[in-house]
Formats: sequence, structure tokens, C-alpha cells
Amino acid sequence: MLIDCLNRVLGKAAPNSRIHARERLRLVLVHDRAKMSPYFMNKLKEDLYSVITRYVVADADKLEVVLNQSDRVVELKTSIPIKKIRRDYLERTKKTS
Amino acid sequence: MGEIIVVTSGKGGVGKTTTTANIGTALASEGLRVVLIDTDIGLRNLDVVMGLENRIVYDIVDVVNGNCRLKQALIRDKRFESLYLLPAAQTKDKTAISPEDMEYLCKEMKDDYDYVIIDCPAGIEQGFYNAIAGAEKAIVVTTPEVSAVRDADRVIGLLESSDLRNPKLIINRLRPRMVRQGDMMDIEDIVDILAVELLGVVQEDDRIIVSTNRGEPAVMNLVSPAGEAYRRIARRIRGEEVPLMHLEESYGFMGRLRKFMGLC
Repeated sequence: MLIDCLNRVLGKAAPNSRIHARERLRLVLVHDRAKMSPYFMNKLKEDLYSVITRYVVADADKLEVVLNQSDRVVELKTSIPIKKIRRDYLERTKKTS
Repeated sequence: MGEIIVVTSGKGGVGKTTTTANIGTALASEGLRVVLIDTDIGLRNLDVVMGLENRIVYDIVDVVNGNCRLKQALIRDKRFESLYLLPAAQTKDKTAISPEDMEYLCKEMKDDYDYVIIDCPAGIEQGFYNAIAGAEKAIVVTTPEVSAVRDADRVIGLLESSDLRNPKLIINRLRPRMVRQGDMMDIEDIVDILAVELLGVVQEDDRIIVSTNRGEPAVMNLVSPAGEAYRRIARRIRGEEVPLMHLEESYGFMGRLRKFMGLC
């Protein structure tokens, strides 16, 4: 406590600003790298869609994939309006189980 | 056949020009034929860092425009016979040359020199694309700061999409004491984030300022830790395996003695 106070009086930064730097950089680069090439988000969207359609019939036009940032994490948010679940998938799982 | 290497960073002020000057001088001091090209047109600086500013007659734009032959524009270093500088123009801007011009110049010099080292301007505009056009390899310089590493990441992406794959990283101006205190990103943090191969680490060194004041690259100073770091980097460029320096413990006997006596 006393050392902290003393440090603050002496204008010393809070300890471990290294961790701050590393985390902030990590977050900022997630955005930078994703936005740097429109190709990245489009390709991700395409691949997601192709996997999803094995299970459901989705509305490709309304598929949304975005990066959302909260304080500590960047998350990939997807919104996929589903038209119907594929019956053939259900049947296939029944057979194997 | 020479190697053509571009030194780049994205962010300004991280030490591209100092790095170019020191690597070039270190290679030339081993007897290799080296030419340094300053592509920062309008803001030339490599000439003053090298201490050759009074000898400029022609510059890169003169060569490109056909006002002189390439040989006439090259300035031979006063200390090392095999070291040359092709200075940038100060009165023009970055559009005075094109990527095709750079490709042509690099091809012209490739056979006559062991290393052609290109000092790239800051930023990612035309000047950047000119500088990298003729290069076969790239070095990215960064400092252990969030802004510099971010820009380095962007530049690495641009280099890779311009077919300069696997650029090598130099971390410049690292302060070992601050790293130990947890107040500066460490080598591992940066290498891990950027995911590129490390070429070397240069610690913060006041002698760099002194050497720039004098126009004598730090590799000529045997007690400068930054000079030692650049000599090691030069050896790695030649293909030698050289360990990283022990940071702050590599002053040499005289350096330690001076430090002990409080002289530096």
C-alpha cells in the first residue's frame, strides 16, 4: 500500500503495464487483421454457410457475421435465420446411434 | 549475385534509417560490396546518418530521369571502400519515381554488389510501394510499443500480399530494465503477436544519438551495445547463426568500468 502510494506520488506507472500493452495490442490486431482484407470476412461467411447448410436450410441473404468487441474480448457474432432443419440429417444420426 | 533487402516499419521514428546505415556499414566492414538506397524522397536522411551529406551531387531522381548515370550518383563511403549510397532527392516528392524505376535500379545493381539495402519511407503510400518493388527480402523494424507493433503487423500483411513472404523482424530500442520491471513488452510478446522470424534485438543506447550527431554508424563503436547488436544482425543476414545478446550485460569490460564509475 505504502509503496503504491509512494510510486503514485513519484509518478511511476502502475506495475505491469506490459500486460496492458500486450492485451490491447492483441485486441486491436484482431480487428486490424479482419478488416484489412474484405476477403477474410467474406470467406469466413461462405465457409460458415456451407457447414451450416449440412444441418439446416438457412437464408443466405440474411446471414450476418460481425466482430463485436466488449471490454476484454472480441467475439464473432453470427445471425443465421433458419428456414428449416434438414430431415435427412436427423435420419442419418438415428441410423448411426 | 547480390541480395536486395528492404528495411521497412510502417510507423516513423522507429529506426529504419539507423538500421539501414548500421547493417550496411557492418556488412561493408567485412569487405562485402554494399549499396544503400534512400527512397524517402523529399525527406532524405540516410545521407546525414552516414555522414555523407556534403558529397551529394546527383540523386535517385536524377538517375531515373536520365540526368546522370547510376555510377555518377553513387557516393562512395569515406571509411569503407566497398560501401556506397544512392541518396534520395530532397526537392521532389514520392511520385518522382515509380515501382518500375525501382525494379530497374535494383536489377542494375544486383550483379555489382553483394547487398542492396533499401531504406523505405514511413507510411504505406506510394513511397512504400516504390521501396519494396525491387526487393527480394524484407526486414521489419519495430519498437516495443503498441503503436509501432500495430503498424508493423499491418506492414507485414502488405509485404506478404506483395509477395515478400517471411519478412524478418528487428525489435529496436528495447529497454531491458523496463522489461524486467514489467513495464515494457518483452521480445517473446512481440514475436508471438507478429508471428514472424526474429532477426535481432537492439537495445536502447544513448550512443546511437552520439553516432548520428557525428555521422558515424554505431557499428563502428566497439563499446556500443546497439552497435554490437547490429554487427550480430549483419552476421545473421550473411547466414551465420549468432545468439541474441545478453541484454544490458554486454557492455564489455570498458563499458562496465565506465558504468561503474558513473560516466555513462
